[in-house]
Amino acid sequence: MASTKSAIAAGIALGAGAMALGLISAARPHRDLPPDDAPGRTAKLGRFGQYEVVGHAVTINKPLHELYAFWRDFDNLAAFMENIEKVQPTGETRAIWTIKAPAGQTVDVETEIVADRQDELIAWRSVEGSDIDTEGRVKFRDAGARGTIVEAIVAYKPPAGAVGKWIAKLFQREPNIQGRQELKRLKMLMETGEIAIARPKDKPPEEQH
Amino acid sequence: MRALTWHGAGDVRVETMPDPTILNPRDAIIRVTSTAICGSDLHLYDGVIPTVMPGDILGHEFMGIVEETGPVSTLMKGQRVVVPFVIACGSCYFCQKGQYSACDNSNPVENQEISEKLYGHAMSGLFGYSHMTGGYPGGQAEYVRVPFSDVGPIVIPEGIDDDKVLFLSDILPTGWMAAENAKIEPGDTVAVFGCGPVGLFCVESALVMGAETVIAIDHHPHRLELARNLGAKIIDFTETKVADALMEMTGGIGPDAVIDAVGTEAHGFAPDNILEVVKQKAVQGFDRGHALREAIMTVRKGGRVSIPGVYGGYLDKFPLGAMMEKDLEVRTGQTHVQRYSQDLLQRILDDKLDTTFLISHRLPLEQAADGYKNFHDHQNVWTKVVLKP
Repeated sequence: MASTKSAIAAGIALGAGAMALGLISAARPHRDLPPDDAPGRTAKLGRFGQYEVVGHAVTINKPLHELYAFWRDFDNLAAFMENIEKVQPTGETRAIWTIKAPAGQTVDVETEIVADRQDELIAWRSVEGSDIDTEGRVKFRDAGARGTIVEAIVAYKPPAGAVGKWIAKLFQREPNIQGRQELKRLKMLMETGEIAIARPKDKPPEEQH
Repeated sequence: MRALTWHGAGDVRVETMPDPTILNPRDAIIRVTSTAICGSDLHLYDGVIPTVMPGDILGHEFMGIVEETGPVSTLMKGQRVVVPFVIACGSCYFCQKGQYSACDNSNPVENQEISEKLYGHAMSGLFGYSHMTGGYPGGQAEYVRVPFSDVGPIVIPEGIDDDKVLFLSDILPTGWMAAENAKIEPGDTVAVFGCGPVGLFCVESALVMGAETVIAIDHHPHRLELARNLGAKIIDFTETKVADALMEMTGGIGPDAVIDAVGTEAHGFAPDNILEVVKQKAVQGFDRGHALREAIMTVRKGGRVSIPGVYGGYLDKFPLGAMMEKDLEVRTGQTHVQRYSQDLLQRILDDKLDTTFLISHRLPLEQAADGYKNFHDHQNVWTKVVLKP
């Protein structure tokens, strides 16, 4: 029942593929028409079960290999991800992500790279026993004279309990907007060497007068 | 430093504000020597453009001396530059196509959300023109921070007065691009609605581009006189039925191209206008569009409609039927200033274009609030105000 397309879209929840597939058939109304060609994340009804999925595509006017290399060095990610304080590589495939939390606190999540194809794709997943069950994938596709299409998708399942609540809150503060903004920052950084700001960053506008 | 700040409709003040600093590697700080009040600043002054906030420094037509440069700026301290009102990175897909005002990277991502919701896509950054266009402090100030200073600013040779080149920042290229968008061919008649600064530069540009006849439409006698001095025929809409006149003056054909250089705040008491006034007061974002409606109704079949006038929201009673049935071509857009800078500077240096006729008043920056009030209330004689910090 689930098409290849949906499987790919849902397959971002890499480990949870089977579960996601099951849900696709449950969520899809019975129709004769095969699923359309739009990414699963644009569906009107969620197709990813307990997983929150945020995904966006952005076209960056830089060559494929340059963008792949930048992302593959996880150390670079905090430069454009606002909720991430730092990403510390701890080996060839592992990294510890320090996520900003309310009241100046942070929470760490360790991930490992589960797929890595040069100039094409990087996928990672939180290691066993993490507070946050999360997976992500970034794909790079040549767009000719326009540069490279970078498509990043992140799925996460917040845990139960108090920690889970604020994590959920953190992520759900318009996660789609946040995801889109992060990719735009990446685009600015790669295309112009800087991230546009109108005023000094440390003060909100009203305090500057 | 001293700067002109917005505090609400009809309320602008010169206040002491923090000096700007270099924030990004490609920045420069400019010490402003001349800055003008733009007709589009009056839309801010009237409070019809959303997302401008109390304390915002206005101004997007300015020039000055390079005071400080970031590590990647290509400018040098002491250079004299005119700064385009459009902030553009020069390296994104759109900038590389010369569509600078569609720059992807100059509007901070948080601010992009506003226009992305309103228009489907984010606008580029502009100086001093609300938070929708980035929230960048503007140029009606002693100093300005100029992002992407290696792309925008036009270096001016020694010995040229500020007055001759200041309008390269906005209204000259805006008038020029509007005339270009009208796709003028030899023998054409072009009707220009509105004889504000942009309208007058449309008249001038259309004639340079080879229009045989330019007909300028306004109600301020002095502004009409300036248009006539440039070589246009004129129509005073308080005296004459514009649509009838345009038909009769073109042998029953209609103008080959029309330019709406009025934008969101068309004057006059046509019925559609009054309706829009009521709506504008009730709901933000409704434009009054009488000039545009009339332009579309009067242009000949298969003609061109160019819209440099500023619109921010929705327009009711838009004559889409006339557009379709008459096979019209419509072009509009914020000006791709950087595309025209060098060409227009050269025309000024060669004395092929003069812009100084427009300047009616020069005031110290300290009197900027008076400048706004008079430019707003006495449009007939206050045609252009240049402020000197």
